[in-house]
Amino acid sequence: MTTLFKFHGGVHPPTHKAESTRTPIARMPMPAKLVIPFHQHVGNIAKPLVQAGDHVLKGQLIGLPEDGISSAIHASTSGTITEIGMQVVAHASGLPDLCATLVPDGKDEWITRSGMDFRESKNADVRQVLRLAGVVGLGGAVFPSDLKLRPGKHKVNTLILNGAECEPYITCDDMLMRERADEIIKGAEIMRWALEADEILVGIEDNKPEAIAAMRLAAQASSDNISIVAVPTLYPGGGAKQLIRVLTGIEVAAGVRSTDKGVQCFNVATAQTIYRAVRFGEPLVSRIVTVTGNVSNAQNLEVLIGTPVSDVVAYAGVLPDTDSYIMGGPMMGLPLPAASVSIVKAANCIIASSPKLFPPAPPAMPCIRCTRCAEVCPAELQPQDLYWFAKAREFGKAQEFSLFDCIECGACSYVCPSHIPLVQYYRFAKSEIWARETEKTAADAARVRFEFREQRIEREKQEKAEKLAAREKAAAEAKLAAAKIASAPAATPVSAPVDETQAKIQAAIEHARQQAAAIKPKNTEQLTPQQQAEIADIEARRARIHELASTEAESPKE
Amino acid sequence: MSAFFSPFISKPDTVSAIMLKVLLALLPGIALYVWYFGPAILVSITLASLTALATEAAMLKLRKRPVAPFLKDNSALLTAWLLALSIPPLAPWWLIVVGTAFCIAVAKHLYGGLGNNPFNPAMVGYAVLIVSFPVQMTHWVTPLGMGATELSFVQQLQYIFSGILPGGLTLDAVTMATPLDTLKTQLHLAHPANEILTQPIFSSLAGHGSEVVAIGFLIGGLYLLASKIISWHLPVAFLGTLFLVAGIFHLADPSHYVAPVFHWFSGAAMLGAFFILTDPITSPTTHKGKFIFAAGAALLTYLIRVYGAFPDGIAFATLLMNICVPLIDAYTQPKVFGKKEKKA
Amino acid sequence: MLSALLVMSGIAILLGAVLGFAAIKFRVEGNPLVDKIDAILPQTQCGQCSYPGCKPYATAIAAGEADINRCPPGGEEGIQKLADLLGVEFKPFGADTNAPKPKSVALIDENTCIGCTLCIQACPVDAIVGAAKQMHTIITAECTGCELCVAPCPVDCISMVVIEEKITNWKWKYPIYALTPAQ
Repeated sequence: MTTLFKFHGGVHPPTHKAESTRTPIARMPMPAKLVIPFHQHVGNIAKPLVQAGDHVLKGQLIGLPEDGISSAIHASTSGTITEIGMQVVAHASGLPDLCATLVPDGKDEWITRSGMDFRESKNADVRQVLRLAGVVGLGGAVFPSDLKLRPGKHKVNTLILNGAECEPYITCDDMLMRERADEIIKGAEIMRWALEADEILVGIEDNKPEAIAAMRLAAQASSDNISIVAVPTLYPGGGAKQLIRVLTGIEVAAGVRSTDKGVQCFNVATAQTIYRAVRFGEPLVSRIVTVTGNVSNAQNLEVLIGTPVSDVVAYAGVLPDTDSYIMGGPMMGLPLPAASVSIVKAANCIIASSPKLFPPAPPAMPCIRCTRCAEVCPAELQPQDLYWFAKAREFGKAQEFSLFDCIECGACSYVCPSHIPLVQYYRFAKSEIWARETEKTAADAARVRFEFREQRIEREKQEKAEKLAAREKAAAEAKLAAAKIASAPAATPVSAPVDETQAKIQAAIEHARQQAAAIKPKNTEQLTPQQQAEIADIEARRARIHELASTEAESPKE
Repeated sequence: MSAFFSPFISKPDTVSAIMLKVLLALLPGIALYVWYFGPAILVSITLASLTALATEAAMLKLRKRPVAPFLKDNSALLTAWLLALSIPPLAPWWLIVVGTAFCIAVAKHLYGGLGNNPFNPAMVGYAVLIVSFPVQMTHWVTPLGMGATELSFVQQLQYIFSGILPGGLTLDAVTMATPLDTLKTQLHLAHPANEILTQPIFSSLAGHGSEVVAIGFLIGGLYLLASKIISWHLPVAFLGTLFLVAGIFHLADPSHYVAPVFHWFSGAAMLGAFFILTDPITSPTTHKGKFIFAAGAALLTYLIRVYGAFPDGIAFATLLMNICVPLIDAYTQPKVFGKKEKKA
Repeated sequence: MLSALLVMSGIAILLGAVLGFAAIKFRVEGNPLVDKIDAILPQTQCGQCSYPGCKPYATAIAAGEADINRCPPGGEEGIQKLADLLGVEFKPFGADTNAPKPKSVALIDENTCIGCTLCIQACPVDAIVGAAKQMHTIITAECTGCELCVAPCPVDCISMVVIEEKITNWKWKYPIYALTPAQ
């Protein structure tokens, strides 16, 4: 039996998991409209491959992964793309991002799919399949899975499957393990093969006995060395770093790759998706979502990516006093900017929130340095100090006190007797530090470019001076020689070249004006009102320039 | 408008509830105080509480801060109670009023209010009073059943508010020096320690009556430990160091240095270990830092008790160690997750 | 007496040697203060401080010739950092300096550009590409938003566009919460 390790701190918030595990996973009916964002993963946004009006099939690639860290985006069902444009997405900013709107044709017609036998394939080919299938971490981090399966410098001994699901309310992994354990195990086999790991450890919190039993049963069928380990229920035990610590005793610090320590960790749902992608060629077009909170039928639904949250909660019977929605759990979840945003790959849970369910925290009091936050911090930080620095905008100090080791689990805010929104302060400080870092890089680049330009100008000046000196010398010599031959005066007007350049510029301006007048607008059909307004704006500006230019030309120059 | 961001849930605990529990933990000690020294202490606690609340409200108004949430946080009450327990119950009424007002207005609000004061407010108040009014600060009530005469509650009240004692009585008849003070004076007169301790003012552990009150505070402190309001580091380090230092001196010269248990149960040792040093605002936040802080306070307390000019040293030891808190915290930062040195 | 003298002079010689060694060993090249100031300045090279670039302004500050409140792109935070570095009081922007503006980049209206290269010559960080009589364009990633290219353009085809908030550059806001519940 594996010996378990402990991580520092942790809290026991009420789990509320029973509500959504009463019924098996159901399939959500086809919505009237899907809005599929092109940026659902960590890294670069996928490049749109379709246009408005295109007919697409289920599983068709509509967003091509860019270079570097990126992933693919697919049509979740067959239908017509009606729009490619900016729409509000599930992001804390509430800002819009590029999305494809897809109106289903109701046929749900798959694109031709072909699976592969991974054991007969090359590692790179399997990873390419996963990249093009848009497989990303489904635990919430949405990091492209193909990159995590690339063999690194270090040998990976242990593959960890994360079925801990420590966040309250969320049960999608629990239900998936209960119902599709064999697919998870088969996915784990692919990952173990790709990483050439020795063993697979599946960590499941001990409050999910059914899932543990189902997974144990499925693991028996596998020839791989798989152990299903029940880990103590303690939030945030399902954090990758915490689970790695509990199962192996290895601590992976911030900024360190777990593979450098010989461990790699995946969510159980990711394993299942990898299996579907490799074995059947099925891209990631749907996921299991826990719909819970202020709804009459809390349950787990298999939902197409792009389904509006409003449709999902309506299906689960949202209660009338619901005032907002949370994507994810109550500890780390994201408040949704609108119910119209769509289910994305990261959406493991939708909680309908009401003031009764999540009453607003009491007014915040000053920090009394009670260090309850430090007692529960799984990263072993001193949250009270970090709060102090973030509040005073002492970002350098905050970094010195390991702000970036904070995993934003929310345990500190959860226990704070002063009810200070600690995590908010850390998020603020982190994003300020990032912005400053970017600014600093830009400033350094600007400095280099400026100094280089100064040098160039200096060099050019010098070269010009040298040339001039040489010419003068030559002229003087010639003059001397000419004077020797004959003393005929030859004075040429010096101002002529200046006049010439002036005239040339004037001619160029005139030419440009004529050309501009002659240009016929192109592509002016089917423009959005916004574009038309922009054009009108440019035209107005141009008219002003013309007017100015003509008045200037008419008025005599001083 | 408070932003709606994760985490969306939190424990129902509040600052006010924590402070209330600390106040509750003081009750056994106070009860025993009343039992052994009469109800005068209740008068000073009441006076201190009223002054504290009034000063707190006035300061919040002046600083344009919301009054209601801070008045309800119970922190001013706690300061008031701790100060009241540190000064003689028979002291004139204005002494406790001036002291409490100073605690709240100067030691707390001039530094920025709750959470921002570097010094323990109650101890600042105590220090100011003992320096400014040394005579009034020595009028400790004789334990019941020990003095020649005993004042009734009405007579105590009359004395506190008007300074008039019942006919024919002198102040010396109803008050006496504290056990620590007596010990110090007698040692100065070159009496051996074991002989001094046979006097009726002393009892098996330390001072008659006061040792039981100390036990009351110990019980309250254990309750705070059990309910995880304070961490064990501070009291253990304080009492441990005090025991160790006193033990070493006692072993070296038992005729001059009393046993460590005496130091534990006399003066404000128990109150200090569980209620004063454990003030989270003015003590270090790291475990190692708490050890250093409490050990330093214990050492200073012992030195002041034995060699200093004042009978007890808790207040000055606490204030001196309070100064060191930022430094201690800065040098005792624990290693974070994943960044600990590898054990070879 | 003699031994005391010897000891004292011995110590003096030893300390002198240590100081001399330190002076050579830890010698600092250049003026570190100018570089430290320059590191705080935003490197827009806009000249709004009346110096021809950030480095000249930094040199002037280090020499005590210029005030610390002459850099609008650095904002008040920049002034604060300079004040901290130099150990002087924070000074708000004077009436003669421009007010800080939101960060922008230049944009050339490519229909109007006549290819005169005047803006290319004005750009302090070589962020404009183009050739004579050819349309010019701004490399947005390199543009510092200094506005130096706007004035020389004979056809007014350069405009400053405020960088708008997108998901990619969005920042978490400073948490603001009420001390008392909303009435």
